[in-house]
Amino acid sequence: MKGASLIAHDVRTGARRATDVLQDFLSRVEAHDGDVHAFNTVTAEQARAAAAAIDAAVDEGRDPGLLAGVPVAFKDNLCTRGVATTCSSRMLEGWQPPYDATVVQAMTAAGAVMIGKTNLDEFAMGSSTEHSAFGPTRNPYDLTRVPGGSSGGSAAAVAAGFAPLALGSDTGGSIRQPASLCGIVGIKPTYGRVSRYGLVAFASSFDQIGPFATDVADAALALGVISGHDPADSTSIPAAVPDYTSALDRGVEGLRVGIVSELAVASAEGQAARARSGGCHPAAGTSWGDGGNTPSGYDISAEAAWLRDGFDPEVVERLYGAADALAAAGATVDHVSVPAVAYGLTAYYLIAPAEASSNLARYDGTRYGLRVEGADVTEMNRLTRRAGFGDEVKARIMLGTFALSAGYYDAYYGKAQRVRMLTRRDFDAAYADFDVLLSPTSPCVAFRFGERADPMTMYRCDTCTIPSNLSGDPAMSVPFGTGAEGLPVGVQVMAPALGEETMLTVAAALERAAPPLSKPLLAGVAGSTGAQT
Amino acid sequence: MARLARIELTADEIEHYTGHLGRVLEHARELDDLDLADVPPLAHPYPLRNVFRDDVAGSPVDRDEVLSQAPAASDGQFEVPPVLGDPS
Amino acid sequence: MAAGWETVVGLEVHVELATDTKLFSAAPSRFGDEPNTNVTPVCLGLPGSLPVLNRRAVELAMAVGLALNCDIRPSVFHRKNYFYPDMPKDYQVSQYDQPICSDGWLDVPGGSRIGIERAHLEEDAGKTTHLGGADGRIHGAVGALVDYNRAGTPLLEIVSRPDIDSAAEASAYVEELRAILLALGASDARLEEGSMRVDANISVRPAGSDELRTRCEVKNLNSLRSLRNAIDYEAQRHIELYAAGEAPVQETRHWSEDGRTHSLRSKEEADDYRYFPEPDLVPLVPDDEWIAQVRAAMPELPASQRARLHECGAGAEDAQVIVGRGLAPVVLGAVAAGADARRTVTHAVQNLALDGAELLDPDGLASLVHLETSGQLTATQAKTVLVEMCARAVAAVRAAPAEADGPSGSASAGARAFDPAAIAAELGFEAMADDELEALVDQAIADNPEAWAKFCAGEAKVAGVFVGAVMKATRGQADGQAVTQILVQRRNA
Repeated sequence: MKGASLIAHDVRTGARRATDVLQDFLSRVEAHDGDVHAFNTVTAEQARAAAAAIDAAVDEGRDPGLLAGVPVAFKDNLCTRGVATTCSSRMLEGWQPPYDATVVQAMTAAGAVMIGKTNLDEFAMGSSTEHSAFGPTRNPYDLTRVPGGSSGGSAAAVAAGFAPLALGSDTGGSIRQPASLCGIVGIKPTYGRVSRYGLVAFASSFDQIGPFATDVADAALALGVISGHDPADSTSIPAAVPDYTSALDRGVEGLRVGIVSELAVASAEGQAARARSGGCHPAAGTSWGDGGNTPSGYDISAEAAWLRDGFDPEVVERLYGAADALAAAGATVDHVSVPAVAYGLTAYYLIAPAEASSNLARYDGTRYGLRVEGADVTEMNRLTRRAGFGDEVKARIMLGTFALSAGYYDAYYGKAQRVRMLTRRDFDAAYADFDVLLSPTSPCVAFRFGERADPMTMYRCDTCTIPSNLSGDPAMSVPFGTGAEGLPVGVQVMAPALGEETMLTVAAALERAAPPLSKPLLAGVAGSTGAQT
Repeated sequence: MARLARIELTADEIEHYTGHLGRVLEHARELDDLDLADVPPLAHPYPLRNVFRDDVAGSPVDRDEVLSQAPAASDGQFEVPPVLGDPS
Repeated sequence: MAAGWETVVGLEVHVELATDTKLFSAAPSRFGDEPNTNVTPVCLGLPGSLPVLNRRAVELAMAVGLALNCDIRPSVFHRKNYFYPDMPKDYQVSQYDQPICSDGWLDVPGGSRIGIERAHLEEDAGKTTHLGGADGRIHGAVGALVDYNRAGTPLLEIVSRPDIDSAAEASAYVEELRAILLALGASDARLEEGSMRVDANISVRPAGSDELRTRCEVKNLNSLRSLRNAIDYEAQRHIELYAAGEAPVQETRHWSEDGRTHSLRSKEEADDYRYFPEPDLVPLVPDDEWIAQVRAAMPELPASQRARLHECGAGAEDAQVIVGRGLAPVVLGAVAAGADARRTVTHAVQNLALDGAELLDPDGLASLVHLETSGQLTATQAKTVLVEMCARAVAAVRAAPAEADGPSGSASAGARAFDPAAIAAELGFEAMADDELEALVDQAIADNPEAWAKFCAGEAKVAGVFVGAVMKATRGQADGQAVTQILVQRRNA
């Protein structure tokens, strides 16, 4: 036991005081968040009161809950009553919601202590946290590089040891990709598994809240706390929540693992994936077949422009290393084609902006947030939205407005919704033969600031993660060694709807087999707290 | 588009966003190759239906708390500049 | 209507559904409260808030659809995107191309069958008050205040086909629709107060043709009179335009009380509502069982009520009046309880244009009619007791406002149980003993010998002299018929 699980155990048994735990983390935040900028707001005072209440409960013999005294960081697009919830946008700077998000209530009820609100790409639109109105977050592994995004603040906070747990939101990979780039675990649950009530919407049919943690066990623990039916969210699934922790030690013997062929292609210099896999993993003695599984009957190499450039060779190597490890642990591994993933990015970048253009209409200067005065309401709206939204947000609102507009709906939004169905079908077909699917989480390791200034290049970061948002299925990133320049690489484990348990079983097995990560720059500080055994 | 989206933009900005739009739509053209005639649109990733609440009143939010967050308020209401014309 | 032309009208009627809470939030759906007090994060469109559909609103919509002979179909809510300060999310959630009710009809009493294209659910907007302009008008305003209490109130929009061919038929259609809504308890459907709003799509065409020409949508029709006048005005305007070689422009026009329609200022931005399926709500798919339950729970509809009233001897006009007042259940119930049908209908038509009449207990009304027909109360006394019964029913409902949810409210059952005999006694309407009345009649005969002679000679109308005298002596409490009976007895004796 380590991390959040250990803290909760110690606090519940009286071995440690929640207030002491909190102070350790607050000290680390104070010392290093100036460099990292994981937080928009640190709620130290409120956290001290909450931790004291946990200690009092323990003193009185009451159980404060599964996450007793565990500091948690919330992405700053989760509503927290009376605490600024900004979405890292000028538009909502200083806005204090009159209510808590359901997940915030759930975490607090389980004894977790909110330590602060974390930075993000404005309104969660981005893959680097560079698009925050309040400045970028830096990757604790290399402060010259991005932490990924959009939940970069939450990922960096956990990686830097500012909090053992954090919550983020994942619309197109915004939990998994930063988890991968920061060398930690991040889960996007099944759409509907976790209530969205109180999550400031980006793209409603994709958004899903999930946890970040340093290991799979902590992530599973947090997932159990935030999952479950919420009558305040119509898209919340009324299904019982299993004990995710018990899934960790089940082992992968007999599980069928599919490597998504379309997402296992190294860039040109790395040549084709098959060749690489055959050549690079003699240890396992495995040469993965291609499964012959092409459910939609499309040629996977068809001008899928987003995939044409392929991925970092090291990233693909780690993927096959992970596959080898699972095979060695008793799983059967094969390739599987999920052809529609080649079109996922295109479909996503039509549907998500469309929903966003509508979701973000309400920021009009009338009821909350920024207002720039104008001679009449229309002018006030226009000037407010000009001043309040950053460049990327405006670009997506314009794109989404176009995709929905009369005369273009069928050609863009409507067609993208059909591709979404195609993705659903292709995944269903793949899951008929496989229990989980594997791919890289991110095509690349953490990149330098400004390196992907071109939006199209940035959008490509989401190639592997978007398909699960289209299908609504759960997926997670688990660290598996390092890539270029010793930076963390994550492997993505995908499962069918409500298949979180199997996904966690596989992730835990990968974690046990993973090559060691180099420590983040701030690890020395993190190691001194006793948060790890 | 800028007018529909109620965002004031300069000519340069319009050009900038139009360029962005054009590049995304370029990718969108690859969808034209797909035969989607028999594929229905998917709006919701998880197939729920008939989700309701009972017609029972809950507690409203505190008006002062909400109005304290408003850019301008008076007489218990949200205040805005003059409204010209009809909804659009 | 100028010769050679016929009017073509389709009506779009919005009604506020009589739910306790809003369509997508648990905020009370109630009016007249302090601004912005009946709001939740959902009503204010606060970031992170999500809608959840009100089951009752759906059931009321289904009941109206069934009453209008519609198909009840699976439905998907869409977002209609446009900016307006009183639209808290800057989009309206509405059923767009898949309404819950479609393809029905309404038979207008004594008229024709009007097709119903659709009826769909949507949310209402808040209320904007313009500041500083003359009379709260937009023009010249220096600002505006927004109250979101009304935002999210469930509306059912009922769209007829363009089957209505006159102002009178339009008016009759709305009256019948209103009667149905009242019978179902689906809405209080008050045009004047805006809980029922009628927009008319009006065009004309050469008589006998079936073409559909350019139509104008006329809004701000706050009464049936406005509706009728606006249709006549607008049709005439179209005819004159065609006669002058011009043609009307398709547009929205505003009816004003100066008796004309005015073109609304054209919108600065073209309509492009960018409808798309509301991702925060899931499909609404009523199954047969649920539809059957809703149907089974529906009360009797006005058409059937009128038919049964007719069987009780009520003429078409009386039946219409009774149904229009929502009194059919009371009247039919009283008759079923044994009350004299003719007397009951007469009371309902002549004496029950009263608040609270629909709250009367049918058994109570039956008792009252029985007291009257058995001679224990005079017609005049019966009317007075009735008025008192209604007043008490209203008072009882006001005293228990939480239960004041219409004729089916359980608390009002107690309120209606006031016994008419007891009320009569309280008012001092003791039934007059026969011998007491006979003595008064004899006294009147003695006082008016000349008239008595005429009466005995067969001049029946002089009976009024004696009746008047007895009434005077009893301060109007005597039963005139009984007096006449005694006179006849005395003459024949």
